[in-house]
Amino acid sequence: MTADTQARAPGEDWRRRGAILLFVGPFFALFAAVIVAPLAYAVYLSLFSEKSSGLGFGGAETVFVGLGNYLDTLADRAFTDGFLIILGYCLFYIPLMIGGALGLALLLDSGLARAKKFFQLALFMPHIVPGVIAGLIWLYLYLPGISPIVDLLGGVNFLGGDQVLGSVVNIALWEWVGYNMIIYFAALQAIPAEVLEAARMDGAGAIRTALSVKVPLIRGAVITTVLFTIIGSLQLFTEPMVLDNVSDGIVSTWTPNMYAYNEAFGNNDYGQAGAASIILALLAAVLSYVVTRWGNRR
Amino acid sequence: MKWMSRATVNVLLIVATLYTLLPLTWLLFASTKSLSDLYSTPGFAFGDFNLIANIRAVSAENGGIFFRWYLNSVLYAGVGAAVSSFITVMCGYAFDKYQWFGKEKMFGLVLLGVLVPTTATALPLYLLASKVGVVNTFWAVFIPVLVHPFGVYLARVLSSGYVPMEVLEAARSDGAGEIRTFTRVALPMLMPAYVTIFLFQFTAIWNNFFLPLVMLNDQRLYPLSLGLFTWEKQGNAFPEFHSLVITGSLLSVVPLLVVFMSLQRFWKAGMTAGSVK
Repeated sequence: MTADTQARAPGEDWRRRGAILLFVGPFFALFAAVIVAPLAYAVYLSLFSEKSSGLGFGGAETVFVGLGNYLDTLADRAFTDGFLIILGYCLFYIPLMIGGALGLALLLDSGLARAKKFFQLALFMPHIVPGVIAGLIWLYLYLPGISPIVDLLGGVNFLGGDQVLGSVVNIALWEWVGYNMIIYFAALQAIPAEVLEAARMDGAGAIRTALSVKVPLIRGAVITTVLFTIIGSLQLFTEPMVLDNVSDGIVSTWTPNMYAYNEAFGNNDYGQAGAASIILALLAAVLSYVVTRWGNRR
Repeated sequence: MKWMSRATVNVLLIVATLYTLLPLTWLLFASTKSLSDLYSTPGFAFGDFNLIANIRAVSAENGGIFFRWYLNSVLYAGVGAAVSSFITVMCGYAFDKYQWFGKEKMFGLVLLGVLVPTTATALPLYLLASKVGVVNTFWAVFIPVLVHPFGVYLARVLSSGYVPMEVLEAARSDGAGEIRTFTRVALPMLMPAYVTIFLFQFTAIWNNFFLPLVMLNDQRLYPLSLGLFTWEKQGNAFPEFHSLVITGSLLSVVPLLVVFMSLQRFWKAGMTAGSVK
């Protein structure tokens, strides 16, 4: 990936260094300000707590509580329940998403599909729709009275407590299935023809070839998308926030991210909000590490 | 047997396409209806043609604030993506074409940045911004979105593909300095990479919801999605807002669809370069 540079006159060296600094400086300055500093500040905030004394009239004082906020957050049922929601969400969403996208990519790649360009574009189109708008469109498709499908399906309550998780999964699936499908399709197209020819010579049928030759060969792409899907799922916020307004199945702390938002703006507890943010970031880091590790080992 | 499997493949693809396209088709139908038709006519049929009146209602609401939101989104996403893509491409180019002490460590930091959930930084960023006193300003939403670690990764990959080292050496032996070599020789060759990263950034910023939600109080600074979200919240009490949200959603989606369809080549290149390494 890296191009090797060759030895050069030492007099030129400081100029080159200046240029490098100019090229990477702006990015890293912003990186420090917008990613590193907030994370550090969140860590700092998470170590303190506001203890109000008396009636709370200007009597709030900031006390160092060490890991207290983390323990409080982790002990808060509302927070941990959010992870259960995410877990349930992932158990539905990831197999549907990866299976669906992979299935569609294999269908397109099977040599039997017509109008491949059209299908790619049509399947990708929802991804162009911003998340909030996608949420709003589906909100109306779930809303009794306006929705054309609620009556069709005999009055299903898409927004009820038991169904709303599936309704959120559906919105995410709609937004992302075409995106992942395009990634898989591109990876499939890059498989050398000789490999597929060899499989055919060995007598493998289309389905056999797809499952035992093509899928293993695009493993890298699949792992990358699983990784990003998990990180995205952890951050689940927009779609449930949009549905929150009309669904009694969604509470204000439904997902960990909604919990953090609610701690900061509902309860004005910045320490707890900071702790929740850091726990979320750490979890994302750990999961990414595990998924990449596991992916590279196979 | 052969024609059957061909039929099966295509039927399955058509079913999937119906799933992706029908909600958008519904939006198109719904935005042509008056509020009462919205409730009384079938979802995929026309009522009285009311689209123009709906658009008028959207434009009239709250002194034409919808178009203000539109302009904001274009500024946040358009200008933001233009600036950030330049910063990103420049940085990725340096990672690809130069050597320096600790380079790969720094690149590791960039990759780590890709994995940091943006929502985890949004809240602390709000708290920092309120210390500095820039909360509820244009910059509070504009500046944070300029950082795009994944773009740096992408730019490094694309730079090694698009810009041959020999061309740079030739420019240098012609006496061009490093900066001149970049702006005059490398940057034109990196244009496809720039457009690809621009599109990535543009969608990311246009889609951004958490950050503006946290940072902004002033409705006049809202991007489109946040504005439509607040309208929808009023829909429970005032059903006419449902109409406004539906027509507003259509108006905000159509230009995006047009832009993306015309620039397909670029976003496909970016998606594949990013994952099939």
